[in-house]
Amino acid sequence: MDLYEYQAKDLFGAHGVPVLPGRVVTTAAQARAAAAELGGAVVVKAQVKTGGRGKAGGVQLASTPDEAQRKAAGILGMDIKGHRVHRVLVTPACEIAEEYYLSFLLDRAHRTFLAMASVQGGMDIEEVAATAPEALAKVPVDPRFGVDAAKAAEIIAAAAFPAEVAQAAADTALKLWEVFVAEDATLVEVNPLVRDTHGSIIALDGKVTLDDNAAFRHPGHAELVDSAGQDPLEAAAKARHLNYVKLVDGQVGIIGNGAGLVMSTLDVVAAAGRAHGGMRPANFLDIGGGANAQVMADGLEIVLGDPDVLSVFVNVFGGITACDQVAAGIVQALDMLGEAAAKPLVVRLDGNNVAEGRRILARAAHPLVTMVDTMDAAADKAAELATVIFAKGA
Amino acid sequence: MAILLTKDSRIIVQGMTGAEGRRHTQRMLRAGSQVVGGVTPGKGGQTVDFDGASLPVFGTVAESIAATGADVSVVFVPPRFAKAAVLEAIDAGIGLIVVITEGIPVHDAAAFCAHAGATGLAAGGVQTRIVGPNCPGVISPGASNAGIIPADITGPGRIGLVSKSGTLTYQMMYELRDIGFSTCVGIGGDPVIGTTHIDALQAFEHDPDTAAMVMIGEIGGDAEERAAEYIKAHITKPVVGYIAGFTAPEGKTMGHAGAIVSGSSGTAAAKKDALEAVGVRVGTTPSDTADLMREIMHSLP
Repeated sequence: MDLYEYQAKDLFGAHGVPVLPGRVVTTAAQARAAAAELGGAVVVKAQVKTGGRGKAGGVQLASTPDEAQRKAAGILGMDIKGHRVHRVLVTPACEIAEEYYLSFLLDRAHRTFLAMASVQGGMDIEEVAATAPEALAKVPVDPRFGVDAAKAAEIIAAAAFPAEVAQAAADTALKLWEVFVAEDATLVEVNPLVRDTHGSIIALDGKVTLDDNAAFRHPGHAELVDSAGQDPLEAAAKARHLNYVKLVDGQVGIIGNGAGLVMSTLDVVAAAGRAHGGMRPANFLDIGGGANAQVMADGLEIVLGDPDVLSVFVNVFGGITACDQVAAGIVQALDMLGEAAAKPLVVRLDGNNVAEGRRILARAAHPLVTMVDTMDAAADKAAELATVIFAKGA
Repeated sequence: MAILLTKDSRIIVQGMTGAEGRRHTQRMLRAGSQVVGGVTPGKGGQTVDFDGASLPVFGTVAESIAATGADVSVVFVPPRFAKAAVLEAIDAGIGLIVVITEGIPVHDAAAFCAHAGATGLAAGGVQTRIVGPNCPGVISPGASNAGIIPADITGPGRIGLVSKSGTLTYQMMYELRDIGFSTCVGIGGDPVIGTTHIDALQAFEHDPDTAAMVMIGEIGGDAEERAAEYIKAHITKPVVGYIAGFTAPEGKTMGHAGAIVSGSSGTAAAKKDALEAVGVRVGTTPSDTADLMREIMHSLP
């Protein structure tokens, strides 16, 4: 889960990383009140989970509460790279002397952690890595030992921070590592980490990605989930413990078992759709290994409830689950859904007990269900059916 | 022969007394695997019955090794306790740990992978290999099965398979059941995994019973790109590839914790290009990939 800047900075503050105070607001009037409360010049910052806010005009300076209100009115509702701005952070303006960069992240390739630091902060770090790789220090961190004071000093020295801020920066690195470990993060990034004109080190921005797998030991993280910004179908699926991702511009609903097979199904449908008016997959839905009738019904209900969906492709390989159980699940699910199931279903079953599974579907002879033996042919059929309905609708 | 797992492998199951552990121990036994016992802290001395056979439960991995000579552990322990279970197995000096558990925090996986690496041969211990976490396990058809891969999909043969995805593993085994497999390794789709595509390809290259390899990858990370470099430098046997996730949107986790395109990195197109650039033929669908492999197998002497 990616956090908003204000959430990231809340976590920073809780672990002793120096941050400025701030108020998160959803209206321009609230922004005015926040600016008045904080006093002096403020910065109004769009809260969206994407980079490039500054360039898009989503970060603006305001010297008075009135100006803060005007600036907030302009930023709220703005679209930044497809992300609608619903909140802004109002925070005191900072007189910046220098901008640095500091982060800890998971290094998948080396199965370890990595510290990155640079005295060229404030800009896109991927750009720094590409144009001036020597300016970006990368220091591996062994998961067994973590970061202590000596390691923190090594990281800061590797990036050649100025001597007068080295100690404060190392202290900040140590605290930031604490955030990384204590919160089970896979990324904690400060860009920029600044020295202000008074000589203080401050984390002016923050980016944090939390490990969803670690949620069981962080009950507090549930509050960080942004239900307002979530797709309603994704939220409904999550409430039923279904692994669902809504895709844009799709017409063929997808249900399958196993993440890899479902990803593959999306690709095969997209490829087949090219011959059928450009029909595309509408979602990712993995019902997992032990798919019973209820899980199948839940999945079908979510996918059929998507107004974009014109046809559905159920693609199951019976590994541990037997195909007869899956077939019985589909039949029961359609019974449970009754008239709510009004879109054609293409079903491809293979693997464990496939003959019995196909017999069950054949016997049920549900008018909406078409059985196709192979994944490639079934994808083609599902795309074709979507086109037929698409044409009727138009 | 095969890789990682042979008919002589002696398997213990950590978490055998739980529902999943029990169910899959039964399946492994029916597949002919030598499962010699289970480990559950606090339940040492108990036994669990499977089809009339009674398997001992030990309180620690070390005790189970001393009593049974086990050299493989299959872990079904829940995420909360998985790190401690894997660290214990490493310290006990077991050779292969297959971590089936889904949902292990990545900090925990990084910790046990680092520990396994550090207590290797250089440190005077046994080199422990970890497969997974969040994987379906390893099967050498007809010889042994450590994990949850259905044993009846295919028989033994000369194809080696390494895959991030469980169901695509099953699908590929099914598609090529007319030829059969030496070993199939499900390495799992988490961001941090013990055994990589490269590790499996290297082992298959050295396995006289493997003639060609299928590697299945998916979006996220750069393991497939690195495997491509490795293939170019070190692999002489034919390899065909399949990559899932061309239609995955940026920034969304697609089922597997590690299956995510971040910015422009980790895309399926980049992985496919990297493999094709080193001469690996990449199928457009699982069936197409199987056809490519069948063609290769039929052309081999």
